[in-house]
Amino acid sequence: MIKSLDPRVNRAAIEEENSIEPLKDLDQWETYEVFHQKRRGDQHMHVGIVHAPNAEMALIFGKEQFGRRGLSVNIWVVKTRDVFTTDYEDSDIFETVPEKQYREAGGYKVMDKINKFKKGL
Amino acid sequence: MYGNAYIDPNDKAAMMLAGEDPQKLAEFEARIARGEKIEPKDWMPKEYRKQLIRMIEQHGHSEIIGALPEGTWITRAPGFKRKLALMAKVQDEVGHAQLLYSAAETLGKSREAMINDLITGKSKYSNVFNYPAYTWADACIIAWLIDAGAIINQVANAKGSYGPYCRALDRICTEESFHLKYGHDNVVTLATGTPKQRELVQAALTRWWPPIMHFFGPSDKISNHTEILMKWKVKMATNDDMRQQFLNMYVPKIWDLGLTLPDPNLKKNEEGKWEYTEPDWEEFKRVINGGGPCNAERLAVRRNAEERGRWVREALNTADSKYMVPLA
Repeated sequence: MIKSLDPRVNRAAIEEENSIEPLKDLDQWETYEVFHQKRRGDQHMHVGIVHAPNAEMALIFGKEQFGRRGLSVNIWVVKTRDVFTTDYEDSDIFETVPEKQYREAGGYKVMDKINKFKKGL
Repeated sequence: MYGNAYIDPNDKAAMMLAGEDPQKLAEFEARIARGEKIEPKDWMPKEYRKQLIRMIEQHGHSEIIGALPEGTWITRAPGFKRKLALMAKVQDEVGHAQLLYSAAETLGKSREAMINDLITGKSKYSNVFNYPAYTWADACIIAWLIDAGAIINQVANAKGSYGPYCRALDRICTEESFHLKYGHDNVVTLATGTPKQRELVQAALTRWWPPIMHFFGPSDKISNHTEILMKWKVKMATNDDMRQQFLNMYVPKIWDLGLTLPDPNLKKNEEGKWEYTEPDWEEFKRVINGGGPCNAERLAVRRNAEERGRWVREALNTADSKYMVPLA
């Protein structure tokens, strides 16, 4: 038996040479992506993952892992394998023409035209 | 809480880049030089992946094993408030391990593989946790000074290049600031208390000073290998620089409390550098290779936890589970 300064270890009566079977695949379950909302009215944000055997447990672990300081009011979880993503390798899909003023409010200067029109009256 | 990851200095720098596509390597290095982060599915050199897995995994193991010497004192913490605080701190440490294991998983090593490597002794963890916490004061010194060392390390690494590791560290550093204040409060309470309390905390500090000086690891060999890891922002500061930063921040605070450190050569020289007796690196090697007072116990406890919890994990598993590497 392990003789320890830790009374909990002594109570557990642990053999000194306690070699065990290695953990098999999925021993630690699959992963869920966790999203939390800090305050009502905020958007949910991705905060990380938990390993869990089902969605209910993922919510419990998600709350314990990411919400234990009272910084969340709501949590979503979704299986990692159910998330579809774009690829960083295809980042060029986000590239666009350099001139995009036409979809910004600042791209439209009506006062010049109005003032010119008023002068002409 | 954390110990510095041990990067094998015998790896030849030339071997590091063998077989890498020069164009992809150039793009990768340019991205890091621009201050952009690397994300899990990006192309990365094999050596970058290998060193990060080793580093993040060891960091995760240190959090798990580090919970053991402190957890010892939960049942015997002096008073309800201290007990609550210590439980919260230990829970945080285990939570940090979860965050770190997740970050390492994004690089392709499963959590099962990491746990297997820990419990068979293949992976290392921070050497300081191979020493026992004899008294409540030891737990207080750990919470203050080991966490202080950890924060210096983690703040540096949070500016590294790998996105998932940086995100995990940002979250960890926020929580560590509570640990540090909690530890300082505990030490101050003892140091400003009765003669018996002062005696306890002084004895613990004297015991922990050599492991604390070991904490950041031996001086880095200036090699091409280290240079490349620093260029890739895997390693963010030399071990000696971090040790200097630690001494500069904490030795004055220790002396402020009228406590003494067991090194007659410890002083700040005129250039502002701390001088100290070179730590016993043979002892460090002996302990990291299994010869410390608690190595066998730590791993036996960890194996025991895995073994006795196994049936619960198996009972909860469902036939349609399928593992996929986490996204971020």
